[in-house]
Amino acid sequence: MSNTVDQAAQAAQRRPHVRFSTDVPRQSANDQRQRTADLGTAGLLAARQVVKSYYKERLAIPVLRGVDFAVRDGEFVAIVGQSGSGKSTLLHLLATLDAPDSGEIHFGGRRIDNLPSTSRDLLRNRCLGMIFQFYHLLPELTCLENVLTPCMIAEGVWNYWRRRRTFRERAEHLLEMVGLSHRLKHKPRELSGGEMQRAAIARALVADPEILLADEPTGNLDQKTGQGIMDILTQLNSEGLTVVMVTHDVTVAARADRIVRLVEGRVEPEI
Amino acid sequence: MYKLLLSWRYLRTRYIALASIISVTLGVATLIVVNSVMAGFTREMHKRLHGILSDIVFESHGLDGFPDPEWHMQQIRQVVGDDLEGITAVVHVPAMLNFQVREQWITRQINLIGIDDRTYASVSDFGQYLLHPENRRQLSFLLREDGYAPDKPGFPESGWKYRRLKTAYERAYEEQLQLEQERIREIAGDAAGAAPAEPNPPLAAPPGDPFGVAADPFTAGAEQGARTFDPMTEQFTGIILGIAIGSVRHRDPEGKVQDFFLCRPGDEVQVLFPSSGAPPKPVKETFTIVDFYESKMSEYDSSFAFVPISKLQDLRMMIDPQTGVTSVTSIQLKLRPGADLNAIRDNLQRRFPPNEYTYRIQTWRDMQGPLLAAVQLETTILNILLFLIIAVAGFGILATFFMIVVEKTRDVGILKALGAPSGGVMSIFLSYGLSLGLVGSGVGMVLGLLFVWNINDIAAVVEWITGREVFDPTVYYFREIPTIINPLTVAWVMAGSVLIAVLASVLPARHAARLHPVEALRYE
Repeated sequence: MSNTVDQAAQAAQRRPHVRFSTDVPRQSANDQRQRTADLGTAGLLAARQVVKSYYKERLAIPVLRGVDFAVRDGEFVAIVGQSGSGKSTLLHLLATLDAPDSGEIHFGGRRIDNLPSTSRDLLRNRCLGMIFQFYHLLPELTCLENVLTPCMIAEGVWNYWRRRRTFRERAEHLLEMVGLSHRLKHKPRELSGGEMQRAAIARALVADPEILLADEPTGNLDQKTGQGIMDILTQLNSEGLTVVMVTHDVTVAARADRIVRLVEGRVEPEI
Repeated sequence: MYKLLLSWRYLRTRYIALASIISVTLGVATLIVVNSVMAGFTREMHKRLHGILSDIVFESHGLDGFPDPEWHMQQIRQVVGDDLEGITAVVHVPAMLNFQVREQWITRQINLIGIDDRTYASVSDFGQYLLHPENRRQLSFLLREDGYAPDKPGFPESGWKYRRLKTAYERAYEEQLQLEQERIREIAGDAAGAAPAEPNPPLAAPPGDPFGVAADPFTAGAEQGARTFDPMTEQFTGIILGIAIGSVRHRDPEGKVQDFFLCRPGDEVQVLFPSSGAPPKPVKETFTIVDFYESKMSEYDSSFAFVPISKLQDLRMMIDPQTGVTSVTSIQLKLRPGADLNAIRDNLQRRFPPNEYTYRIQTWRDMQGPLLAAVQLETTILNILLFLIIAVAGFGILATFFMIVVEKTRDVGILKALGAPSGGVMSIFLSYGLSLGLVGSGVGMVLGLLFVWNINDIAAVVEWITGREVFDPTVYYFREIPTIINPLTVAWVMAGSVLIAVLASVLPARHAARLHPVEALRYE
């Protein structure tokens, strides 16, 4: 296993589990600007000169044309841009779900885009949490089982069986935090959109990740429900969780510490 | 853990896949039924063949046989040693058997076997196939009073009781016939006074009528040597006939299989066979049926007839008039259970090399080799065909699995986004295939076993519905379908079908494992 993943795992262990408490102060606007100025590949998660194109019948359609982007530990960054600007593609590259044509992705100072697939799988499972616009819960599993899925993936049958009570307690705790303690045994089709997204957040947090990557988390929700989801994300960030969110909604993006604007596959300089 | 959970959930929610597994279920059930019936049939056949045939047979090539069986038996005892349980000498000869039924002559081609009533039962299960319980205990060529076939309802009355009744009836009939003839002669005599008529014996057979002969076919033969022979108290040399020689199996108007007996213990038959020596001359002899032999092997029941060896040797001139040394055509050996037949056969062949002694030394398996091989071949071909059916079912599973993988594309993307490795995704679908295979073959096994356990009831229902016999006892001589469930065969069938189900899921599982996570997440 690579050092990157080990370091991330150690960092996760060092961090106290104080999610959803309100005693962590929000950073000021000046702090944000200062941190943005320092960005390089030294952030918790960073992209350097990332280029990505999609191909249709040998015709290359460039999506990202050399993106430099970094997020520091504890930061809440919103990536905004028009449809087709490459927001989701960038998020997928950051999550190692896809590989860039050129450029590098770094996590905790180590390059991760060229890791072997098993290491990337482990990184996604232990250090990165993801939520999606369409929630992407597994329809065959209950709400609780969906939340437990990353633990099941991380552990073998015997280990999981041995530690099942611990995992279950944590999953129930997270579901209680997102307000779904009454929906443990419900299948996704029996939940509302907001409930599904909250279950997805609980699932993303169950492995206690370093960073939460959110792809249009409110894109499929009404404004009020979307606000509820944003409240949860803001709360998580205030407790120390780094959040990277992709959205096209400016009002939603305004809740983030920093907004990164993607225009035609490039990061627009911050004002 | 997620692999087991998801494959279990897919199993419970994707009924289309269960439908695809029905073909595996049916294939497994059919294979179990076919193998059980074939095994039952083979065992029954082996039992009967082995019961009829002794373990090893010494056979001369010609009908003249070989002299001095006692010397041969002594030599064989030395070669075989403690493995020998029984030994007997036998004379085989093809023959023609005639008997009369309602003034019609019935002729049968038979295999006449001269046996030693003291030792023959020690080399084969011959005794247990006889109809009279006393003969089953100790074979005798003497006619029994009655009590034949107590376990065979509808068997006609036989033995001395029947013989006396029959003889009394025939005598009364003859007396009546004579009286009638005298009366006709008187009337003819009265009429001759008025007008002389042509002599016209009333009961003489019309010319060209082969059946219009005297009522008792053996009267002529009896008259020659045994004027004092009294059928009421005496019998000819006993003969035991295969039951199908003396009976005809048919269906009554209600469709039930019945045996119609053309002759029975107590009746006489005439046997014609060649004598030994060159050239062979026909020998004709009358025998009294003393029992029937029913092995339920059609081939044997319709051709075997047993007589005392000494009588047959005498009739065929197989006893040297000067030395008194007898000849036999074969020697039969019964070996200790578990003895190596082939090794003993080889030892005997070394002791009696084919270039010095013109004997054929064979085990019962050698003698029935083609039949046993044919049944084995039939079983193998059936197994191959049925496994092909399951293989076809495998393609059905493959197609269904591809559909399921396509349907679950987004789930694959989710799992990969959550960090599931490609191998893990593949395992989900492989374990899904495995569980489908286990369910399909498990249900198939239960169905198959239930079918086998109730096969005769099911056959009866099928007969009732279709009006046709499923397992015709007139052909197979079995009243019930014989079955044997071999746990090893069942295990092999199950393992084969589970393997096919798993193999059919390999391609779809590989396809799922290779899905690109981003494309899978975007799949609609």
